[in-house]
Amino acid sequence: MKHKTFFWFFLPTALAMFLFIALPLTSIVSQSLHTPHDQVLVVVESCDPFGCKSETTIDHEASKQIKEEEPKGKWVGFQIYTDRNHLAFKEVGELWENKTNFFDFVSSLNNLPFYKAMGFTLTYVIVVTPLVILFGLIIALAVNSLHRHLKGLMVFFSLLPMIVTPLVGSLILFWMIDSRGIIGSGLQELFADPNLSLKASTGLTWITLIVYGVWHSAPFAFIVFYAGLQTVPQETIEAAMIDGATRFQQTIHVIVPHLSPLVAFVALIQLMDNFRVFEPIVGFSASAHATSLSWIIWNDIGQEIRLMSSAATTSVLTIIGVIILLMPVLIRTWREFNPEK
Amino acid sequence: MFLRKIATVVALTTLASSAWAGCGISEGRVSIVGNEFPAIQTIGAGAMECAGDGVTVETNLTADHQKINLPGMTGNPAEFTSAIVANSSIVALMNNDVIRPLNDLVEKHGQGLQKSQLVTIDGNIMGIAFMANAQHLTYRSDVLKDLGIAVPSTYEEMLAAAKKIANYNLMQYPLGGAYAAGWNLAEEFVNMYIGHGGEFFKPGTAEIAVNNQHGIDALNMMKALSEYMNPDFLTHDSNATSAEWKAGNVALMNMWGSRIGALRGDEVDAAVVAATATAGPMTVGGGTTAASTLWWDGFTIAKNISDADAEATFIALMHAIRPEMLNETTSPQAVWLIDGYVPTPAAAGVFAAAAMGTKPYPMLPYAGLMHSAAGVEIVDFMQGKETAEQALAGLEAAYTTAATEKGYL
Amino acid sequence: MTSNQIKRPLGLQLLIYGFVLFWFILAAFPFIWTMWGSFKVELDFFSKGDWTNVFSGVRTQVVYGKSFTGAGYEGAWIQEEFWRAFLNTAIVCVSTVVISLTLATLGGYALSRSGFRYSFWLLIIALVFRALPPITLVSGYLQPFYDWNVWGTLPTTIIVLVAINQPFTLWMLHSFFQTIPKELDESAKVDGCTQFQAFRHVIIPVMWPGVITAGLFSFLLAYNDFAVTALLLSQENQTMVPKIASFMGTTQTEGNIMFAVAAVVSSIIPLFILVMFFQRQLVSGLTAGAVKG
Repeated sequence: MKHKTFFWFFLPTALAMFLFIALPLTSIVSQSLHTPHDQVLVVVESCDPFGCKSETTIDHEASKQIKEEEPKGKWVGFQIYTDRNHLAFKEVGELWENKTNFFDFVSSLNNLPFYKAMGFTLTYVIVVTPLVILFGLIIALAVNSLHRHLKGLMVFFSLLPMIVTPLVGSLILFWMIDSRGIIGSGLQELFADPNLSLKASTGLTWITLIVYGVWHSAPFAFIVFYAGLQTVPQETIEAAMIDGATRFQQTIHVIVPHLSPLVAFVALIQLMDNFRVFEPIVGFSASAHATSLSWIIWNDIGQEIRLMSSAATTSVLTIIGVIILLMPVLIRTWREFNPEK
Repeated sequence: MFLRKIATVVALTTLASSAWAGCGISEGRVSIVGNEFPAIQTIGAGAMECAGDGVTVETNLTADHQKINLPGMTGNPAEFTSAIVANSSIVALMNNDVIRPLNDLVEKHGQGLQKSQLVTIDGNIMGIAFMANAQHLTYRSDVLKDLGIAVPSTYEEMLAAAKKIANYNLMQYPLGGAYAAGWNLAEEFVNMYIGHGGEFFKPGTAEIAVNNQHGIDALNMMKALSEYMNPDFLTHDSNATSAEWKAGNVALMNMWGSRIGALRGDEVDAAVVAATATAGPMTVGGGTTAASTLWWDGFTIAKNISDADAEATFIALMHAIRPEMLNETTSPQAVWLIDGYVPTPAAAGVFAAAAMGTKPYPMLPYAGLMHSAAGVEIVDFMQGKETAEQALAGLEAAYTTAATEKGYL
Repeated sequence: MTSNQIKRPLGLQLLIYGFVLFWFILAAFPFIWTMWGSFKVELDFFSKGDWTNVFSGVRTQVVYGKSFTGAGYEGAWIQEEFWRAFLNTAIVCVSTVVISLTLATLGGYALSRSGFRYSFWLLIIALVFRALPPITLVSGYLQPFYDWNVWGTLPTTIIVLVAINQPFTLWMLHSFFQTIPKELDESAKVDGCTQFQAFRHVIIPVMWPGVITAGLFSFLLAYNDFAVTALLLSQENQTMVPKIASFMGTTQTEGNIMFAVAAVVSSIIPLFILVMFFQRQLVSGLTAGAVKG
């Protein structure tokens, strides 16, 4: 395709992404390098329905001029990136200096919000992504072998975990897994432990979140693989059968390689989405036990005093994290793109 | 007779031609942003009554109001002419200098207001409060009576009562509390720390000072209380805590006055409803200050709008909080600060809190930063993974980083 | 399907049906539970005392004198006028899908037909764009949208949803177009068509299955979106998800959780119809599309 034709075809989508993603992205990067100007504090008398007292407030007049001259705020470079609430270079250095052994060092990192979040996020990504792919594949194989009329219904029901709005879906599941809810008390029966609670300990909360993650994302993998299964070339299967391959061997040596490009697509999307895990943490009120970078952003933006620079910094760190995580898949795509080189 | 009729017609024509709606606004734009609970819905609906010829009134009442109000008032002209806020959230608007002093408007149109409704900073009226809220003790009168326990007035007594109830196997986890990690847990810490007589900051500065004996005592008391709570307490916000109460699982809790009405709802077991009783907030550690905070909700007017719009907005909101708006439906919705409000039974706890001289939630520019840092940092202590000193040191470090970023330090 | 024609041993057959049943319960049980519970009062459905209350409906009987009540539905649809949110969602979803597909079809087609290296990098950039957490993006939009006076309207939200979903749709359609043989449009061009004419006369007729697949995903994204719709829509333009969120209450106030539950159950029904209607295309589309990756 000629450059010019390409340009016109690509222009509308490029424009949409440029205006609504690229431009905000530059302002986010800029915001992460600036902070608000130093505030001038004054103590004044303040009164409310419950009486008067002297209270500290901000003197806007005092810093008006500098705010007008530099509306973006104070340039701080990478100061926010390295501060305690983000990469915490200084604190990590101190912990390293004072460590008794390596494990001690790793567990003490848990006190720093960024590393605590990374601990859960990486575990979640590493466990959930392969499970989603495996589970999605098994469901797809199973549903695909059903009778024609059953298939349509099963496709709908299989999509349910993905399409019920997580806002309420997690609320309902949260009550079901409560120690007095149907699933929670079922588990108590199963393990014969009347005090078992999925919400009270860090380990069980992590397991709950991971199970939820697999349950919620398996339908996506399922529908993609299910579609891929429709095009498995029959000749290859027959050839394999003639060669005496068992059903299991057929699946491993014919079907799975056929689906491998789809596995890459699902892996790409899942790695990215799992790295940004957020909704279940809020939905299950799990932040006491598990946090993620997206949760930190939400926490910074959702408070009464919003930490915009901090949220911008964490967003940039998220993007960098995603790029590192996707590197293997991207290199693979690059090779496929230039097969001759 | 004839003359009087003519006079009426003339009066009507004048009214119609100058298009004065019922509230006496001739023109202007009113756009209100605020939270979405029933009392504020009532205020929004009241302001809407002023819509008419030349006057547009819009409301955006949503739980996400804090995310949209500041950007919506920063532009010029501002999208929202008024934001309904509480004492914790007015600070974000004042910090960014987007709301205007109301002194002239109060003088002109604020005759119905009581002096206590005015929120004044350095002589400037920045907001008009119309309702109050506080956390206070809620108890099961039947359980306490059965075991011969007096209604606790201190947290130590509450702890003793919980121990007794648990020992008699009446309830497995007799205490309730909104201890969900995040805002709720931090709010309980704020209450407890104030109850112990602590000050959060070095006076006149934004330097935090919670890593002290008051802080340690406050945390230890919270930990002791949590031993008698459902083990999931770190996930229990006030919704979940109320649900525990309604199910009859808890006998004592510190709960928001605004939620007491719903605890006596139709669906709840009659025995629980009959025994749900309230008292004022408790004290702690031998102190005299209640371990609770007082809250108000009120309205503010944007700075970056025309004076005409500001006036229209003020009049419309004054219309919404006029004493005549109080009736059988609206009175139980909140503890109104409006003249002529007769407290409903559900309001007793909040009134007791005010009568005790409970401190209001600190209206400091950086209090919110401390609050959010606390919600994250004391979680590990509550789970027994850290000592109180470590948690408080973490809280101070997290706050200091955030406050540095915002330019307070 | 051929795999059905080959006879399976009984054991495998049982294993497959057993697994499908297991997955069916796993996937559908919470929803069926919710549907059942939506006819109860909150204290029964969300019982902290005893979960069997959901079946017996003890509290529901106390309040309404029978074990089932439509109060949640009545409250949501009549009292809270949930139908408005329903209409808004319909407008947002249909527009988002149409615009999103138009843009991504052209773009994805161009990417699949351009052998130049920049098209790879454009794909990668699109991927990086997708990595940005939506909440950061949205809070960045607020200020300019207020300044331009476009905040709160449906068109603004639609454009933002289109833009945010563009990377995903683009990737999907790109891989779909790669599976349509290049020779098709090349030969049309030899016959004297321009690239656009070749696209119009040769590609458009064969692309529908893939486009419908991508469309269903865009639809689901727009349908379930909370971050964008909650912050960018004014109250009268609210779509279903933020409306549902407004039923849930806040720290200091009780919500109408049963309204939310009833609303969620009723919001699934259009999706059921949609999936049943499009499921054949969904499958055949991906078949043609994503196989080559």
